Amino acid sequence: MKKFKLGLMEKRNLKGYLYISPFLIGFLCFFLIPIVQAVVFSFSELKIVPTGYTTTFVGLDNYHRILFVDPDFVPILTNTIINTIVDIPAILIFSFFIAVVLNQRFIGRSFVRMVFFMPVILSAGVVIKMEMNDIMNQAMVQEASFMMGGEYFLNLLLQLRLPAGFIQYIVAVVNRIPLVIEASAIPILIFLAGLQSVPTDLYEAADVEGITGWERFWMITFPLVSPMILVNAVYIIIDSFTSYRNEMVVFIADNAWSRGGYGVSVAMSMLYFLAIAVILGIIVGVFSKRVVYIK
Amino acid sequence: MAVAYKYKTRQARNLKHAKRLHKLGKVGWSFVRTVILAGLCFMILYPLIVKFTSSIMHVDDMFDSSVRFLPKNFTMEQYRIAWEWMNYPRTFLNSLGLTLTVSILQLASSTLVGYGFGRYNFRGKNLCFALVLLTLVVPPEMIMIPLFLNFRFFNLFGLIKEPGINLLGSYWPFILTSMTAMGLKNGLFIYIMTNFFKGMPDSLEEAAMIDGASSFRTFFQIMLPGAKPALTIVFLFSFVWQWNDLFYTNLFIRTGDGFLSLALQNFANYFVSNSPVSSNYPWQYTSLLNNAGMMLFMAPLLILFLIMQRHFVESIERTGLVG
Repeated sequence: MKKFKLGLMEKRNLKGYLYISPFLIGFLCFFLIPIVQAVVFSFSELKIVPTGYTTTFVGLDNYHRILFVDPDFVPILTNTIINTIVDIPAILIFSFFIAVVLNQRFIGRSFVRMVFFMPVILSAGVVIKMEMNDIMNQAMVQEASFMMGGEYFLNLLLQLRLPAGFIQYIVAVVNRIPLVIEASAIPILIFLAGLQSVPTDLYEAADVEGITGWERFWMITFPLVSPMILVNAVYIIIDSFTSYRNEMVVFIADNAWSRGGYGVSVAMSMLYFLAIAVILGIIVGVFSKRVVYIK
Repeated sequence: MAVAYKYKTRQARNLKHAKRLHKLGKVGWSFVRTVILAGLCFMILYPLIVKFTSSIMHVDDMFDSSVRFLPKNFTMEQYRIAWEWMNYPRTFLNSLGLTLTVSILQLASSTLVGYGFGRYNFRGKNLCFALVLLTLVVPPEMIMIPLFLNFRFFNLFGLIKEPGINLLGSYWPFILTSMTAMGLKNGLFIYIMTNFFKGMPDSLEEAAMIDGASSFRTFFQIMLPGAKPALTIVFLFSFVWQWNDLFYTNLFIRTGDGFLSLALQNFANYFVSNSPVSSNYPWQYTSLLNNAGMMLFMAPLLILFLIMQRHFVESIERTGLVG
């Protein structure tokens, strides 16, 4: 009897392959094969001819050219990585704070939630590209961050005679505020979802024990939402590494169609991916040990 | 006796004090919260407000320092130029068609795949799911050129003889990739659907099985109607991202201005190098034109967002984005 039932379940589970078959086909055709091709291309010179394309093996030439000949690649790569690393904590803290605030009850909450989601709608690839080319628009964005009191703040810092490096950092962060807000739209939603999934009986039990608001946050809310911090950190990295605001993305695309050629461009994206993978690995490694899961 | 009485009143007074303090703190916090949120909302909306107001502004207003947001000389000239230059009705319909095609196909494929991952336990499931996450992590720039070449000389991976078919410039690259769950951010949609189906009660499916429903019938008649919130969110996100996408559109279409995003791109590029003669202030005028173009581009999404706002924001918590 039991054996028969197991067989039935196994038979049923075979249908799972049927359901995921679109993904398997797609993965093979539009992901795995292209990746293998990309690896091959990065070690060769690629030429497009009317009937197809030809590849000639050139060894590590492309990589050599990127790392030691091209004057732009290394600075842009390090710049991108540094920007991302600076942004991650800012975005995480900001979006967590906003999510906690938006989880409270107050008048106009749904409107504010809607506004914080708006950047997802407004940050189209074309629009970002146009804004970056449009001097007038850039001036406006700068103005917006300084309108928030940035100028007074800067004066205050200067009067305090703080070290110049510190002031520079603060100014850089202030200038990036609009970008941080823009990148926070989805992380806020993810944190909100996390906050709402915390079981209420935990809070009730804690209230009976006479917990303060501070302890309530750090001992219940924060640990239970901590898996979302990991999810968000990964999301932020991926998002920032593929966004149109990213110099590297633009640079790789430029190289493919005009500057260096296909092989060089593919080799660049290989190195770029390696960098992302290392950063992701470090972040996942650091966070996943400290994250609390309850099931 | 007297001491005890005194103690009682002091305790009562302290309690009263504490309560008042608590209330004060609450009022203070709600004030701070209002200020912070109002400021941030303003910052988010500011670019949109500026874009809108300056798109209906006459160029003279840009040099009038008394004009802050409301234009003195209202004009629709920029919209007229942008509308005609981008051939708006045609490009809009093209973009809408492409976006709808892609998002419906993405929805269908990621629902099927998500159902497979969420409801079945087959061998190698975890490995396959890890592959889904891998597709999210690898930047699309890496497979950009191989994809481009594969679609330029499409030979069904060796099945058709040389030189292959040129699929670029058609809908086919979009259809093929989104049908096989490999479109833009498709891994995320699979993830959402998987988590949602995982959370559905087993008893539903068992009841259907006892009643003799086949696997597909269970899927279509029992599971799909219950999955409405997840379906909505996946569809909306897919729609928004496809509409805003420039990467795949640039890659697969390459030239021409048949689609709104490409038309807008060309529009902006054109006026950067060819300043309109009709104006004394070419740079500023270009900026106004750009703003009008961007407003035209974003308008459909903004309208969609205002209508479906609740589905975008509120339903994410019910769709199991949280595992």
